[in-house]
Amino acid sequence: MRATLVITAALFGLVACGESPQTANRVKQDAALFQGTGKPAPFVASGWKAGDRSSWEQQLKTRAQQGQNDYAKVN
Amino acid sequence: MARMKFICDSERCIECNGCVTACKNEHEVPWGVNRRRVVTLNDGVPGERSISVACMHCSDAPCMAVCPVNCFYRTEEGVVLHDKDTCIGCGYCSYACPFGAPQFPAAGTFGVRGKMDKCTFCAGGPEAHGSQAEFEKYGRNRLAEGKLPACAEMCSTKALLAGDGDVVADILRNRVLKRGKGAEVWGWGTAYGSRQGGQPQGQ
Repeated sequence: MRATLVITAALFGLVACGESPQTANRVKQDAALFQGTGKPAPFVASGWKAGDRSSWEQQLKTRAQQGQNDYAKVN
Repeated sequence: MARMKFICDSERCIECNGCVTACKNEHEVPWGVNRRRVVTLNDGVPGERSISVACMHCSDAPCMAVCPVNCFYRTEEGVVLHDKDTCIGCGYCSYACPFGAPQFPAAGTFGVRGKMDKCTFCAGGPEAHGSQAEFEKYGRNRLAEGKLPACAEMCSTKALLAGDGDVVADILRNRVLKRGKGAEVWGWGTAYGSRQGGQPQGQ
């Protein structure tokens, strides 16, 4: 009787050990930026093609030089 | 492409707060949240320097390391973004960040701390690019529109540079060569004082 009680108590105490882990495992699904927004021209810079990585990269490089490098603009 | 980076040329920053305003307007950031701000070192002292600070999109970001729910991720371009659906608003990232970038809206009842908000390098979040959901949670996705961050593009003196790390480094290097001095740029010497060109003696 006592042994049964001890075993039951031990089993009850170990219930928590059987819990499945609660971890945040949401997979981040973010599309590549060069895919574009799919919006029409006024809302998107012209001069590149959505989905074309090299044209997008070139667009950002050109924009950085033209917009931020005033030495290049002046000289 | 190299990693996307910000750099602030403290020789040019005039503390106009145009970058802060541009950011707030572009992303409709609520009151109490400042994704970007201008910090002035040695304010009022001759030779004072101002720098514009936001998330620096660290290569080994401490916020990512300490987040208990792993809500951060990094894009291929090196932009550090986070998922507000996963964020629990604990504030650990705020303690870990050396730039004070993570912000917490206090719009709820009794100043309840909401989900973390920070600079996205104008690259939105994990929602569909250009969607209304993305705009409401993270602001506009200018990178996916083929544009650069609004703060840098609106900077009147072009002190704040943003874009491909190689390109902005090249622009700054050219400036330093043309003006003949470079120690004044935001860095160790500016933050802690040095006797290099542009710094007051004894600072």
